[in-house]
Amino acid sequence: MPPGIGGLRLAPLPGAVPAWRASVDSDGLRRVCEAVAGSGGRLGALWASDERDRGAGFVLHAVLVAFEGLVCVDVRLDGETYADVSDIFPAAGRMQRAIADLMGLRAGMRDTRGWLRHGAWREDAFPLRRDVALDARLPAGDPRYAFVPVEGEGVHEIPVGPVHAGIIEPGHFRFSVVGERVLRLEERLGYTHKGVEKRFESLSLEEGARLAARVSGDSSVAFSWAYAMALETAAARKVPERALWLRALLLERERVANHLGDLGALGNDGGLAFGLAQFSRMKEHLLRNNAALFGHRYLMDRVVPGGVTVDLDAAGADSILAEADRLEDELRTLRDIYYDHAGLQDRCINCGRLTSRTAAALGVVGLAARASGHAIDARVFPGHAPYGELGPRLCSHRNGDVAARIVVRFEEAFESLDLQRKVLHTLPSTPTLVRLPEIAQRAFGIGWIEGWRGEVLVAVEADAGGRIRRCHPHDPSWQNWPALEHAVIGNIVPDFPLINKSFNLSYAGADL
Amino acid sequence: MHKILLQIARVGIKTEPAPPPDEALRRAAARMSEEMLQLLGRALAIRHVDAGSCNACELEIHATNNPYYNLEGLGIKFVASPRHADMLLVTGPVSRNMEEALRRTYEATPEPKLVVAIGDCGCGKGIFGENYASCGAVSNVIPVDVAVPGCPPDPAAIMRAILTAVTTTAKGR
Repeated sequence: MPPGIGGLRLAPLPGAVPAWRASVDSDGLRRVCEAVAGSGGRLGALWASDERDRGAGFVLHAVLVAFEGLVCVDVRLDGETYADVSDIFPAAGRMQRAIADLMGLRAGMRDTRGWLRHGAWREDAFPLRRDVALDARLPAGDPRYAFVPVEGEGVHEIPVGPVHAGIIEPGHFRFSVVGERVLRLEERLGYTHKGVEKRFESLSLEEGARLAARVSGDSSVAFSWAYAMALETAAARKVPERALWLRALLLERERVANHLGDLGALGNDGGLAFGLAQFSRMKEHLLRNNAALFGHRYLMDRVVPGGVTVDLDAAGADSILAEADRLEDELRTLRDIYYDHAGLQDRCINCGRLTSRTAAALGVVGLAARASGHAIDARVFPGHAPYGELGPRLCSHRNGDVAARIVVRFEEAFESLDLQRKVLHTLPSTPTLVRLPEIAQRAFGIGWIEGWRGEVLVAVEADAGGRIRRCHPHDPSWQNWPALEHAVIGNIVPDFPLINKSFNLSYAGADL
Repeated sequence: MHKILLQIARVGIKTEPAPPPDEALRRAAARMSEEMLQLLGRALAIRHVDAGSCNACELEIHATNNPYYNLEGLGIKFVASPRHADMLLVTGPVSRNMEEALRRTYEATPEPKLVVAIGDCGCGKGIFGENYASCGAVSNVIPVDVAVPGCPPDPAAIMRAILTAVTTTAKGR
């Protein structure tokens, strides 16, 4: 049942998730966005493509997440400008700035600062346009960036990054503080921008799977599945049941691995080093099992278009079941310790609160949204095979603080272990991989997967000869980074690492 | 508290022996004399720099500190500033947006300034390649002593590379 958006002709896309596609003109975009926002929907992703070689100018693409499913909207532009939608969806702001940097299309926002373009290319160069070669050596531009100044008595700035103190990805945080209290945080990202979207265009549809698996290394399964789903949509081909169930098994293992890692790091940042030792040991155990059973600790390149490259025998299934029992036992022990530990609770409760209202206004997704009281989970709503049959339980909390994000991680880890057991008990006996039929030029597909951090989207358009014409991978961190700026307001600087870790957002996934 | 002690006692010690160095990973001639190494002992301070990786190499660098590998147990620890570091552990490809930051980090590091490039991308064999936004291999930007391939290299491989960089002879120390 397509969402009813006034006057919009929606053509269904034949994929695993309910999705529709429509074309509108530049004014139509705002009408569609307002209609979707008005019925509680949100912005999934926003990107642009260069169709000048086909005589069609530039095209803006928006994916809107409505209650019924995804609405993919193509907007043919007359020139190089389009209507700003960041007042309807604040998350659009940085996406629009990225489009301006890469494609040279402007939305008429007040904020005209570069986002992905630091000093690596000039303001008048647009590397994602088709007339710029992948290996072009673009002349360097002006690297200066105007942070928003905060003025007043006793206010000072603390610049942090891009090289951080820990073992983490690079980004810059500019704190404006009074004493120890944070008045404002401004993020500047884009440091790991390495031309991922342009690189996709030099690859075949098959080779693209390897790049998709490396958009964000901690969400390799989620991006691989979303990419595969997009190609399977474009090919209008279903994959065998067993492949789908194995994909769910791998996705849940990726979720548990990341949740274990985060729970350990959160304990450590909260002053409980014991937690890091325990959880990192449990995570290592799971990763070693991944290597033994599936040949890769982070399960890269195991989910491919058409199915999966791995299978599981009875002994393998038994080892996962035994691991699930052991992990569940240990998780219970550690959950008791975390919930009883006065020092840790003192650091986490009411720290870094993201209210339900702010989360909704910013269009926050995934784990962070669920910890702020929003029932969002692409495995549950709208759900796709095999999750319809698996029936995952949605885990949420109302407080929106660091403690809530810890609780949601514990609950989701338990649920993920249960889902793995269900997969192993029902794993159907079918092939695990089919060859996709040739994908026609201009065929378009979209994939939508609830990764451990939130919903991952991948949109692909095929070119002639099995090549990629355009691919846009979208990490949920695009939507959630701005929420971190809000969550730290009024907190003290030493709590920032803890708050930041409780979101654990991706730099690589959103810098592309 | 008794639950914490109970859990510690139940788990016991999981640390495994460290892997030996591997001369095949070396890119530049060993720059440290035997006396220097004796002086340094195993007290090595490392600054990690993500110069544009996908974050998978970071996960494995983290893992070198889990109880199984226990890198810190060898006296090798990660520090918060290049000014405190003997070695830079760099993941790539080096994005053009990180090129300057990586150079400045290298300049801020005191001698012996050992550099270990981590992963296929850091070695210049990664899928991202060189393009308008990517300089490719770490050695395209700063001198590299040891490079370890893998996507991502596992924690033992990373430890082997670190230990190779602080060893002067093929048989190791």
